[in-house]
Amino acid sequence: MKRGFPILAVVTAFLLSFALYEALIVAPTEQTMGNVQRIFYYHVPSAWTAFLLFAINFVASILYLIKRSAKTDILALISAEVGVVFCTVVLVTGPIWARPVWGIWWTWDPRLTLTFALWLIYVAYLLLRRVSNSSQTAVLAAILAILGGLDVPLNYMAIRWWVGQHPSPVIGGGGSLDPRMAHVLLINWAAFLCLAWLLCWTRYELEVAQRQVEEAQALQSLLEGSR
Amino acid sequence: MSFFAISRATLAKDIRLEWRSKDAINAMLFFALLVVVIFSFAFDPTAEESRRIAGGLIWVAFLFAAVVALNQTWARELRNQVLDAYRVSPAPANPLFLAKALGNFLFVSVLEALMTPLFIAFYKLRALGPAWELVPIAFLGTWALVVNGTFFAAISLRTRSREIMLPLLLFPFSIPALLGMVNATTAVLTGEESARFWIALLLAYDVVFTTACLLFFELVLEAE
Repeated sequence: MKRGFPILAVVTAFLLSFALYEALIVAPTEQTMGNVQRIFYYHVPSAWTAFLLFAINFVASILYLIKRSAKTDILALISAEVGVVFCTVVLVTGPIWARPVWGIWWTWDPRLTLTFALWLIYVAYLLLRRVSNSSQTAVLAAILAILGGLDVPLNYMAIRWWVGQHPSPVIGGGGSLDPRMAHVLLINWAAFLCLAWLLCWTRYELEVAQRQVEEAQALQSLLEGSR
Repeated sequence: MSFFAISRATLAKDIRLEWRSKDAINAMLFFALLVVVIFSFAFDPTAEESRRIAGGLIWVAFLFAAVVALNQTWARELRNQVLDAYRVSPAPANPLFLAKALGNFLFVSVLEALMTPLFIAFYKLRALGPAWELVPIAFLGTWALVVNGTFFAAISLRTRSREIMLPLLLFPFSIPALLGMVNATTAVLTGEESARFWIALLLAYDVVFTTACLLFFELVLEAE
């Protein structure tokens, strides 16, 4: 591993603890929702991080089809993996917050539904990578990722319109955020971005090592076979 | 051979095969019939409410049944190494894809034509909105299913568990199309709102994914 890695690990650990302190102690308590609202500092940064990672996956997949370099393929793979992890955090923390605030675990609100649809697409993507027995898994996966990216705007329009027809609970999207809360939110996002970066870095090195091992094993069995 | 000639030859071959064996259409028909019967037991078909859910039921039945045909599209070609032969031939990939998609479109359309009267009878359906709109909805919706289905079937050919993989890939990517066809159909059946937005969305979906599939199909065909 490179020298920057331990530095990033320390910075991430520091930022995450500081962000936790800010979210639980420094941030003011929300008037109507109370302490439950504090999950917001985990929920929203996770969502932004997940969307950023999915965007990286889309760009890396296009680059892979153009350049065919293993690096872009690994980048696409890990950004989807870590993105799905963060997206899962979003989908889990959402209902935990919604239950006491809205009184329901789940509602087909546009943002929730879209996030869920994205999650399904990227799980399908990872599934394809896992069960593929093609020698060109990377190409198939890149194509699927690009189709997934194309699906997003259509999904967005369809879901917006679909929800528009069905009444759903009023969501406090119109209110403005207290500047202190926005401050805590940004610190948390910084911490989550560092964590995502750290996870991606680790996963990247692991994937590179794994591919080297597989290559070496293939070579070895080839040599043994020719003997 | 020109683009058109290759497409026509492949399509004619698939239709002839299907005409003689009737593998896909029989399986699809019986499967769709079973889905309709099971839905009728699961949801009270006589209730006035059924008008609201019929659009969803009908498309879910077609979607499940279409997967049966879609799975056979390429598996049939694998048996005698037809795809390998196609790859080494100088023929371009896209006419093959278009022919397969058109073939599936034809088979699923036949299924829909036969199943729709049954649905109408079972659920006592009557369109309260402009019924002619169901024609473009069926056309665009079916194309959305088969163009992606044919493409994803080609991808899932390269996986360990082909037949299971197709729906797992197809369904998540079809969410916008599914929302489009179901809501458009419901809008026409209930006559409460206009189906125009959904038809436009289906059209956009079809254009985007047909273009993308044609753009990438050669890569999928080459990826053994």
